[in-house]
Amino acid sequence: MESGIALQLGQTLLAVLAAPLLLGWVNACRAWLANRRAPSLLLPYRNLRRLFHKDVVLAPHASALFRVAPYVIFAAMVLAAGIVPTLINDLPFSPAADAIALVGLFAVARVFQALAAMDVGTSFGTLGARREMLVAFLAEPALLMVFFTGSLIAKSTALPTIVEVFAHQQFAIYPSLAFAAVAFWMVSTAENARIPVDNPTTHLELTMIHEAMILEYSGRHLALIEWAVALKLFTYSTLGIALFLPWGIAPVGDWMGLPLVLVALTLKLLAGGFALALLETLNAKLRLFRVPEFLGTAFLLAVLGMLVHFLLERP
Amino acid sequence: MNLPLPLQFVNLLAAALLLIAFALLSQRRIVGLITLFAWQGLALTLSTTLVALYTRQPHLLTSAALTLLLKVIVLPWIFFRLVRRLDMERDVEPVINIPTTMLIGIVLVIFAFNLAQPISALAGTVTRSTLGIAMAVVLISFLTMITRRQAIAQVIGFLAMENGLFFAATSATYGMPLVVELGIALDVLVGVFVLVIFFFQIRETFESLDLRHLERLKER
Repeated sequence: MESGIALQLGQTLLAVLAAPLLLGWVNACRAWLANRRAPSLLLPYRNLRRLFHKDVVLAPHASALFRVAPYVIFAAMVLAAGIVPTLINDLPFSPAADAIALVGLFAVARVFQALAAMDVGTSFGTLGARREMLVAFLAEPALLMVFFTGSLIAKSTALPTIVEVFAHQQFAIYPSLAFAAVAFWMVSTAENARIPVDNPTTHLELTMIHEAMILEYSGRHLALIEWAVALKLFTYSTLGIALFLPWGIAPVGDWMGLPLVLVALTLKLLAGGFALALLETLNAKLRLFRVPEFLGTAFLLAVLGMLVHFLLERP
Repeated sequence: MNLPLPLQFVNLLAAALLLIAFALLSQRRIVGLITLFAWQGLALTLSTTLVALYTRQPHLLTSAALTLLLKVIVLPWIFFRLVRRLDMERDVEPVINIPTTMLIGIVLVIFAFNLAQPISALAGTVTRSTLGIAMAVVLISFLTMITRRQAIAQVIGFLAMENGLFFAATSATYGMPLVVELGIALDVLVGVFVLVIFFFQIRETFESLDLRHLERLKER
């Protein structure tokens, strides 16, 4: 039991520490694909250190919520990173939340982000919060549907059971997961504020969604939020790996396989980060009013995956 | 789910066919439609080849080769040339907006799956469970035809419908006799040639390929 807890802590710590590296890798890939010289892979770490050393500047009428929100967001993301099976399946922390509660956890972070953005009362913050909520309420049902497709196959909403069924039982091709995977990619671009829904590197306030919400933050608050953004990307990547490419996640109590698991995870994350950068380079940012259509398509694809499951995969 | 691996791949390709049918339904650009149509033909070729190899039906290999030649190479090439000649690489707005169309598409899928269930229970082939997907592809392609006003988009919808029918034949009865399939392939080719000639005529008369112009019978 103690060893399980140690491993759980190790996995969470790995996620927290490696998350900025994944973000750096995606940025580097994007730069290469655009024929630019890539920034250092460690740039996100340097940014975080710089921000932690700076003083916090608060607006005079910022309430306690504004100051608490970064900690809540960061804590929610750390919790989520601990729940998703990354290295070893079924760690002591995993039963804490199933797939549906995980979606709720992401929603908690988002609600605090939006409330904090409206708290100071600047127009851009409010605008960003409203846009974020528009995107979120369309993305959330689609994400749930993706999870339901996996849950229908595994007959459980618990993530360890889903991974167990996909990775360690007899190999089978599930056509419904092809639909779910496309839908998951579309939803995760919306949730992580990536192209084509949002542009993470934009400096133009009028097109911002996520960036507009954090304009008022500075110092360690901003560092925590940036770190949480990187952590969210990492958690979503490991979630996608757990659902669609789970081979390599070690079963319960498999200690010897750990180095191999780490290698597999690194390779999968490198490939996934490159794929994300490639898709971001190939796509243009959507007009805001095309986003509901984009996410509606994601929802319909996930529903279609469930339908296909009933047609093709029922024993 | 204890199917042998080749048949699991056939199921996956069937799902890909349906996915591409939906992509066709939501596509605004003509060039995108043609590319997707070519991909659909490729998925169809692969699944037919797999079924042919698994069930040892040599005539299915011939029809797979025909599909590859006609629907992946020749027809998309003709369409690409046509688009360049007629200079129409613009977006086309469908009759109903895209989210509504997709919703209707989902309803059609549920309808097709239910409709196919008793039929596939009767069929004795190993691929019978994909019959529902084939019917859904037919209905969705039909919807694609209905919701477009552009002549080329309608023809591509028609050809995608033919893809669905072909897939239905493979999944329900391991394909039609070779003579019939050769005839259909020839018909499709000749049909496209005739339609291409029509396109030029329509464009000559109305200076556009928008079929709304054909709804008026009298000249003002």
